[in-house]
Amino acid sequence: MATVFERVSKVVVDRLGVDESEVKLEASFKDDLGADSLDVVELVMELEEEFDMQIEDEDAEKISTVGTAVSFIESKIG
Amino acid sequence: MKFNGQAAIVTGASRGIGREIALKLANEGAKVVVNYSGSKDKAEAVVAEIIANGGEAIVHQANVAVADEVKGLIDATMEAFGSIDILVNNAGITRDNLIMRMKEEDWDSVIDTNLKSVFLCTKAVSRQMMKQRKGSIVNVASIVGVAGNAGQANYVASKAGVIGLTKTTAKEFAPRNIRVNAIAPGFIETEMTDALPEDIKTAMLTQIPLAKLGQAEEVAKVVAFLASEEASYMTGQTLHVDGGMVM
Repeated sequence: MATVFERVSKVVVDRLGVDESEVKLEASFKDDLGADSLDVVELVMELEEEFDMQIEDEDAEKISTVGTAVSFIESKIG
Repeated sequence: MKFNGQAAIVTGASRGIGREIALKLANEGAKVVVNYSGSKDKAEAVVAEIIANGGEAIVHQANVAVADEVKGLIDATMEAFGSIDILVNNAGITRDNLIMRMKEEDWDSVIDTNLKSVFLCTKAVSRQMMKQRKGSIVNVASIVGVAGNAGQANYVASKAGVIGLTKTTAKEFAPRNIRVNAIAPGFIETEMTDALPEDIKTAMLTQIPLAKLGQAEEVAKVVAFLASEEASYMTGQTLHVDGGMVM
């Protein structure tokens, strides 16, 4: 079973077209991975699908790095 | 047929311009959600007419100024048709009065129904359209939103707001291949304009170079154009359909 990080990483690689080696916990979607605001919105939408969960707007706003995405999702699926 | 099986939502489609837009899109091959707020019988008549003509349509009641009801409209569309390709934000009301006599509630209700609804419906379809990497939104503004009109401060402000919102939405969604345009109808023969006092109607006619009222079908044709691939290189625009009233 893939870890949350591995699953997030796969979505990020597919969506942003970056190399897997660039997807580190501290990587910022916008600053390090070349995403624009709309890309981040879409990324969150895809994470919702991947993990079959609803991410509210106020939570989505806090998801700016791979690490914040992973820890948010882990806190939800616990 | 322009719309071969595409799914379209038309808000406020039971009467007037909205009704003609629903009929036109269906006639061009779209599957149409006929949204209405109060006129159930008239909305059902629109659906019946579409089906009688060999088209596909469903009716859905929702006050589009209320987020929860908009969500219901989107859910019903996805359930029935499985995609949302076209959104026509048409629902609108008037509560005319001079500013000095206009009640706050009349200001609020017009802004909510005519402007907030466009934001709510746009936001609600954006998710699906972004996923599809495709979509077309047409907002029904008004020529008075461009030119101003005494006695319609609330309506004019709402329609000018729609034009600004159209431009912003167009810029935000352009990278995802979602086009957003508006039309600004002039003096169109509908129940809404029938209600205007005779002296105002006469005065308005003198301002129209084509010297006649427009028909709702003439507006619907332009909406269908903007919604279709024929307008594939247009976004953020407001087309005047007004017999030349404002140039």
